[in-house]
Amino acid sequence: MEDGVGIIFGLFWVLVVIGLPIAFIITGRIREKNHFEDLARREALHHGFPVIDIPLLPAGMTASRGELVTGQVVIASDYLKNFFAQYRQLFGGEMKSYQTMMQRGKAEARLRMIEEAKRLGATAVINVRFETSQIGQARGKAAAMSEVLCYGTAVLT
Amino acid sequence: MIVVNTESVPGHRIVALKGLVQGNTIRAKHLGRDIGAGLKNLVGGELTGYTELLTESRRQAMERMMAQAQQLGANAVVNVRFTTSSVAAGAAELYAYGTAVTVEPVA
Repeated sequence: MEDGVGIIFGLFWVLVVIGLPIAFIITGRIREKNHFEDLARREALHHGFPVIDIPLLPAGMTASRGELVTGQVVIASDYLKNFFAQYRQLFGGEMKSYQTMMQRGKAEARLRMIEEAKRLGATAVINVRFETSQIGQARGKAAAMSEVLCYGTAVLT
Repeated sequence: MIVVNTESVPGHRIVALKGLVQGNTIRAKHLGRDIGAGLKNLVGGELTGYTELLTESRRQAMERMMAQAQQLGANAVVNVRFTTSSVAAGAAELYAYGTAVTVEPVA
């Protein structure tokens, strides 16, 4: 009888220790995949809308007004990515897990800026700048967190 | 008040320079959001609570910058830049600066 209880407890802990991290990895991957799909869909929506990082108007365009538009996002990696990233640091090379995290952040911030510009009725966004800052610790308990800000001048005709 | 990050305002002409204006704010995240973010860290992705917090804070920094411009009698701020830096663990400084100018529409 006592053995049976012991085995059940043992199995429970095995499930918690192995099962939960796997569940988190899978959830994280699915969410990442969905996010990339969402980004691609929105990207297609804004195809042909000029977004440039020079402070000049695209040729043939005149604007009567300009307004600052911003897009921002705080994006985090997860504990497991951090765990594996620590091993990557032993050998060097590209850190794929952080690369996709930042790629998502940059794309999301840029799209939010474009969406704001379109809401204002702009015809283009000029002088676009990106700014990234780390707001959490990459080591220790907290997962790596970064804020991405994308801003530019929406020009209105 | 017109705020742009280009050196000139489209469709307008700069008639007077009023000088550098700036606004900053330092925000701490609060415990409730921290716990939420901690849970979100299990799977990664966007931390909506922090995004809102920083959006709100950056707006405040910008409003302070615009108030300063207004005091100088300007009607626009050009060449605006933003910086973010973490001052202490859990506290971020948001800083906005630009040049206050007076503009008038080009006829």
